[in-house]
Amino acid sequence: MFEIVSFLVLLVVGYAFGSLAERRHYRSIQKLEIEFNSIPAIASRYPPVDKAYQQQLVVGNVVIASDYFKSFLAGLVNFFGGAVVSYESLLDRARREALLRMKKQARAVGADYVFNIKYETTSVGSGRLASIEVLAYGTALTPSGISIPANPGS
Amino acid sequence: MLVSNLEILPNRKIEAHLGLVQGSSVRSKHVGRDIMAGMKNIFGGELKGYTELLQDSRQEAMQRMLKQAESMGANAVLNVRFSTSSITSGAAEIYVYGTAVKLDDAQNHAAGTNQVTTHV
Repeated sequence: MFEIVSFLVLLVVGYAFGSLAERRHYRSIQKLEIEFNSIPAIASRYPPVDKAYQQQLVVGNVVIASDYFKSFLAGLVNFFGGAVVSYESLLDRARREALLRMKKQARAVGADYVFNIKYETTSVGSGRLASIEVLAYGTALTPSGISIPANPGS
Repeated sequence: MLVSNLEILPNRKIEAHLGLVQGSSVRSKHVGRDIMAGMKNIFGGELKGYTELLQDSRQEAMQRMLKQAESMGANAVLNVRFSTSSITSGAAEIYVYGTAVKLDDAQNHAAGTNQVTTHV
């Protein structure tokens, strides 16, 4: 009896605090994404050659824990099969947050762009308790103040 | 030391490729943090302790890689990659690797020589 009660309490508490944390996190992500829009993150391996840029590696990481309700839902879906929607938003949040932290570093060095963005996702939780780490990294390009002739070949 | 995950440095000439350099670091969290993390797994949210731990670990791996590059006489590491693997439930390995190269002097860069060097 006690076990059922504690399970239900955990489920309700997990849902309440988990969705509150998620909503709060999404609000902060959306606000920061607008703020950091001025530094585009580009997945190309080739840097632009219009100006001389200084290169520097920038990284951002975050570890996010799933809540009890999400874990329970995922367990349920795992049994029947199908899309684990509760974890999709978790990963989405982690990826966007990691990218924002990387851009924060890029802004600190005065970068115009971040090139060659790579993501890495690792599960760091123990057992059934899912926590995920997302690492985002790339090369910040800071203009070094030297202009290059428009057509260097000729 | 220039560290970049691009393979190309416009305007800079690569004088010598010195080969692969690498650094790794395995860390585990202490029990107190594990208990806190267990709590967080009910409520959800960021595990700041783990975020910092992995950050420190990554920095250490990077330092080891840079030390190796320095001892080879390199002044830049290009095409840097990270890799993370959870070894047991309590520990994670961070591995970072890249290509150590020797670049020409930055003065040439300042003079605006527009030599595009590709790194294979």
